[in-house]
Amino acid sequence: MTLISRRNALRVLGTAVTLLAGVSAAAVSAQDRSSVKIGYAVSITGGNAGGAGITTIPNYRLWVHEVNEAGGLELPDGSRLPIEVVEYDDRSSAEEVVRAVERLVTQDEVDFVLSPWGTGFNLAVAPLLDRFGYPLIASAAVTDRAAEFAERWPGSFWLLGGGADYAGALAGVLGEAHAAGDINADVAIISVADGFGIDLVNAARETFAEAGLNIVMDRTYPPGTTDFSPMINEAQASGADSFVAFSYPPDTFALTQQAQVAAFNPDVFYLGVGTPFPTYIGANGDNAEGVLSLGGIDTSNAALMDYRQRHEEFIGQAPDFWASQMTYAGLEMLEEAIRRVGLDREAVANELSTGTFTTILGETTLEDNQLRDLWWTGQWQDGVFVALEPSDRDGASEIRLPKQPWQGQ
Amino acid sequence: MTRTIIGFVLVGLALLALAFMPTQLGAYGVGLLLGMTGYVTLASAWALFSGPTRYISLATVAFFGIGAYTVAVLSEAMPYPLVLVTAGLIGLGVALVVGLATLRLAGVYFVIFSFGLAELVRQLVTWYEVNVTGTLGRYIFLPISATEIYWQLLGLAAITLLIGWWISRSRIGLALKVIGDDETVAAHTGIDISRVKLALFAISATIITLVGAIQAPRWTYIEPAIVFNPTVSFLTVIMALLGGANRLWGPMLGAIPLFLLFEWLSANFPNHYSIILGLMFIAIVFIVPRGVVALAEDLFKRARRKEAAQ
Repeated sequence: MTLISRRNALRVLGTAVTLLAGVSAAAVSAQDRSSVKIGYAVSITGGNAGGAGITTIPNYRLWVHEVNEAGGLELPDGSRLPIEVVEYDDRSSAEEVVRAVERLVTQDEVDFVLSPWGTGFNLAVAPLLDRFGYPLIASAAVTDRAAEFAERWPGSFWLLGGGADYAGALAGVLGEAHAAGDINADVAIISVADGFGIDLVNAARETFAEAGLNIVMDRTYPPGTTDFSPMINEAQASGADSFVAFSYPPDTFALTQQAQVAAFNPDVFYLGVGTPFPTYIGANGDNAEGVLSLGGIDTSNAALMDYRQRHEEFIGQAPDFWASQMTYAGLEMLEEAIRRVGLDREAVANELSTGTFTTILGETTLEDNQLRDLWWTGQWQDGVFVALEPSDRDGASEIRLPKQPWQGQ
Repeated sequence: MTRTIIGFVLVGLALLALAFMPTQLGAYGVGLLLGMTGYVTLASAWALFSGPTRYISLATVAFFGIGAYTVAVLSEAMPYPLVLVTAGLIGLGVALVVGLATLRLAGVYFVIFSFGLAELVRQLVTWYEVNVTGTLGRYIFLPISATEIYWQLLGLAAITLLIGWWISRSRIGLALKVIGDDETVAAHTGIDISRVKLALFAISATIITLVGAIQAPRWTYIEPAIVFNPTVSFLTVIMALLGGANRLWGPMLGAIPLFLLFEWLSANFPNHYSIILGLMFIAIVFIVPRGVVALAEDLFKRARRKEAAQ
C-alpha cells in the first residue's frame, strides 16, 4: 500500500492538472473574426468511434485542410475566409451530442455545424439545429423516413438513403440473376439485431418476394456475435444459391473468415457494413473478389478517383467505398452554397435544397432534401468495390456471377 | 428544530433560484444545468440504496433505459404525465422482482449481477423489438423544451434529497446503517434485512427510472445502444463515491464538479478523454476513498483537535 503514497499521488495529479490547464489555455487563445467557424461533435471515443473514424472524421479533416490550403472558403464577393474548426467528442452518447451541439451554437457561435456519425445521433441533433436555424447535412444516417424528416425539419438534408432502397436494389440484382438462370430462387438471410439490420431485413422480406425470390432461411443474431458457424452450416444445408448477411463490421469480417473455413461457396455472397472498407480487402486480399455489399463507386468518374487519391495521401488510408464519398460531397455542396449565397444560414439551406452542384459524385441535386442518385449495390471486382445498381445509371459495372470459390484452402 | 426549519427555508430558496436560472441562461447553459441535475439525481438516488448498504450497484442504466423506453413506446398513446407515472410503476415493478430475487447476494456477486442485469434488460428489449415489433429505433416527438425537462429533473432531485433526509432520521435509516456495518448483527437485533433492503432498492430504482423517462424527449430517437449505455452506470457510481455515498449532500457534491470536469475535458481534450477518465477513477479510489465530504469532516475535526490541544 505504501508503493503509491497519497501525498505522491496528489503531487502527480496536481502537476497533471496544471499541465492540462496550460495546454488548453494556449488552444483557445486565437479568437479573431477573420474566419468562418465550423463546428462538429462526432464520436471520437466509445462504441461509434470505429465508424466515425473511417467515414466522418477523415473527410472533415481532409476538407478543412484542402479549403484552408486554397486560402479559405470563398464568399460571393470573391474574398476568402479560412475555416476555424471547433471539434467535440460526443463519447458515443446521445445526451453528449445534444449538449455539444448546443454548445457549438450558443457558446462557440459557430457559423455552421457539421453532422455527427450515425442515424440516431443525426436524429438527436436535427430538432435542435432546426430550432437554431442551422442546416444539417446528414451524411452518415440511413433512414427510410427521410422524406418525413425533411418536411419536419426543412433545413435537414439526408444523403445516404434508407434501408428499403438498399434491400430493394439487392432484390433487383438477385431477381435479374435468377431470371437469367444464373442462380436459383432461394435466398438465405441473416441479419444483425440492430437498427440497421432490422430495417434492411424488414424491407428485404417484402421486396424479395416481389422479385420472385424465396427466403428459405431468415435468422437474426445479436450484435457482438462471434461464432457464425451454425448459421453458415444452416445456409449451406438450405440449398440456397444466395447468401445475404445484413451485418456490422466485426460480423462482416468474421463471416468472411468462417465461410472460408466451412468451405461455404454460394454463388452470391452479400455482406453488410464493413465490406466496402479498405481494411476489408486488406484483410482478405483475393478472397474479397466477387463479394457483394452496399454502396460502390463509379471508377470512370475522374473527380472521384482524384478525391480517393487525395484522401489516401492526406489521411494515410483510402476512404471507404460507401458513405465517405457522400460525406465529402456534402461538404463540397456546403462550400459551393457559401460561395453562391454567403454565410447566411437560411440562404445556404435554401441553396442546398434547390441548387445543382458539381461534386465528386458528378452533377448533384437534392430531391426533397434527399440525395437519391446513390449506388445501392456494389461488388468487389479486381481489387475495387465497383457499383452495380441502379444498373441503368452511367458508370454501373456488370455483376460477375458466380462468385469464385475461396482461394488458398 | 429551528435549525431544521432554517435549513428547509435555505434549501427552498436555493431551489427557487435554480428554477429561475434558465431565464438568465442561453440554451447551452440550460443544457448544462439539465445534464448536471440529471446526474445529481442519479447519484443521489443511487446513494439512497448503495450508500448505507454498501452494495455497489451497476444496474443504474438498466432502470434509466427502462424509463426512456417507456416514454418512447407510450408517448403517442397517452398524455405525458400518465406516461411518467407508468414509467415509474414499471421501474418499481422490475425493481421489486429483481430485488426479491437477488438482494441476498452480497459483495462482488451483487456488483456482477447488477452489471449483468443492465445487459439482460437491453438484450430483452432488443429481442422484443426485433421479433415482435420489427423495428429497433423509436421516435419521441414530444413538444417538451429543455427548460421544462430541467424543471422536472430539479423537482425530482429535490424529492430524492427529501427522501434521503427523511430516511436518515427514521428507523429505517438506522436499520440500514446497521446492515451496512454488519448484516449478521443486524439480523440478530431483529431487523428484517431483506425487507429494508428491498424497500430502499425499489425507491432508488424508481427515481432512476424517472430520470431516464424525463430526459428521453431530448433525444428524439432512441435505440437500446443509446439508452442502455453502461457509461451512465459507471459515472453515477464514481460521482457518488467522490462526494461520499454516506452523506446526504455527498453525491451532489461529487456529481457537480465531475460533470463540469467531464464537460471541460470533452471540449478541450476530445482525444484523451478516456485516458483522463481512467486516471480520475484511480485517483478518487486512492485519495478520497470515503468521499470529499467525509474527507472535509476529517480535516475539520483534526483542526479542531489541534486547537483544543493548544
